[in-house]
Amino acid sequence: MCLAIPGKIIAITEQLDETFRKGKVSFGGILKEVSLYMVPEAKVGDYVLVHVGVAINIVDEEEAKLTFSYLKSMGEVEELDTQDSIKNNS
Amino acid sequence: MKFLSEYRDPELVKEYIQELHRITTKNWTLMEICGGQTHSLVKNGILDMLPEKITMVHGPGCPVCVTSVSVIDEAVWLAEQPNHILCSFGDMLRVPGSKKSLLEAKAAGADVRILYSPLEAVELAKQNPTKEVIFFAVGFETTAPANALSVVHAAQQSILNYSILASHVLVPPAMEAILSDEANIIDAFLAAGHVCTIMGLEEYYPVAAKYKIPIVVTGFEPVDLLQGILMAVNQLEKEEYKVENQYSRAVLREGNKMAKDTIQKVFSISDRIWRGIGSIPQSGFEVNERYKLYNARLKFHIDIPFAEENKECISGDIMKGLKKPKQCPNFGSKCKPEHPLGAPMVSSEGACAAYYHYSSDAIAQ
Repeated sequence: MCLAIPGKIIAITEQLDETFRKGKVSFGGILKEVSLYMVPEAKVGDYVLVHVGVAINIVDEEEAKLTFSYLKSMGEVEELDTQDSIKNNS
Repeated sequence: MKFLSEYRDPELVKEYIQELHRITTKNWTLMEICGGQTHSLVKNGILDMLPEKITMVHGPGCPVCVTSVSVIDEAVWLAEQPNHILCSFGDMLRVPGSKKSLLEAKAAGADVRILYSPLEAVELAKQNPTKEVIFFAVGFETTAPANALSVVHAAQQSILNYSILASHVLVPPAMEAILSDEANIIDAFLAAGHVCTIMGLEEYYPVAAKYKIPIVVTGFEPVDLLQGILMAVNQLEKEEYKVENQYSRAVLREGNKMAKDTIQKVFSISDRIWRGIGSIPQSGFEVNERYKLYNARLKFHIDIPFAEENKECISGDIMKGLKKPKQCPNFGSKCKPEHPLGAPMVSSEGACAAYYHYSSDAIAQ
């Protein structure tokens, strides 16, 4: 459960102030909204390690790609497709 | 066993295995803390490749496995109250409480939802102002910043129908509980990579020094795990006990400052009951006084009786490394992933479920 999945920041979607930032992150094509609160220096194009919707670290691009393909081969990226997306239920 | 060619870097895997066989002269018992590491070790067949003198035991680092029965009962109670929406990470739903699991509560009509992130639960609260939305905030230090951030987000937007049921657990006090047990058999630890991405290395130095035990912060892929094991065995053979960082590509010595600040803002350290292990002092996070409006325990005055654990489950002995899953008389018979007696059979990161699904050893039982 402490798994963190690397993805690429595609866009900054919300910026309330310097710290409250959200971005669209692509995980091999699956797009998720991610909080960038804990990586204030991250910018569009950077790769970040994301845990339960929060980016916790910036990672090297090459490394991010290798890690993502490993996790995918292990079936570990399924958590990105949770059963009850809030849009379906509300 | 897997073919070497299936690994991300088969040559490196081969080299590490050869080197491990070369340097190992004594019997050593290593514990990997993290359930994700257990899952990877078993699924990738690494246990079968290690020298016979090296034994890996599987630690308590699976939040699903260590959440106590009473806390599951609290979550079920919260879910069953009218006008409540109880949100949780998916793997918590099948963990048995004293009477039922969250999944059974959901089947009986409670509004239980599986979310990917606590931040989605804040959105859900915003969209449903007439309902109370509660997030079941389990996890180790890796997950604590996200759960804390959800509270900060809610407070900042004056969302008052959101709260969390915190059941956070911490790695270093669990390590100390294992090491100070009279029956302790652990010679070295592989510490959990992403926990240290958040917390850094500082809190491990005193543990390594006090108990004279090597601690190697390790990643999750086969090559990471083998390198971590090699670094730990190397220390043991040289009679050293240092904190080392195998996972430097994701872990800085100081951790993530913003994440640590967020934790400190919302949580205070509290005692916590670990399923299978018992109460460990100062081993968890609870919502602090400043954010008490977001503490579901206080907000809804939860008052339910303390629940005993299922005596047939030996998860405590497994998480301390005293027994292997297959040494449990109920393993694979009375206790299976579809009908778990205890939590280590529920989560894919639990040692019992990992052995049940992937270990040839276990299947032979």
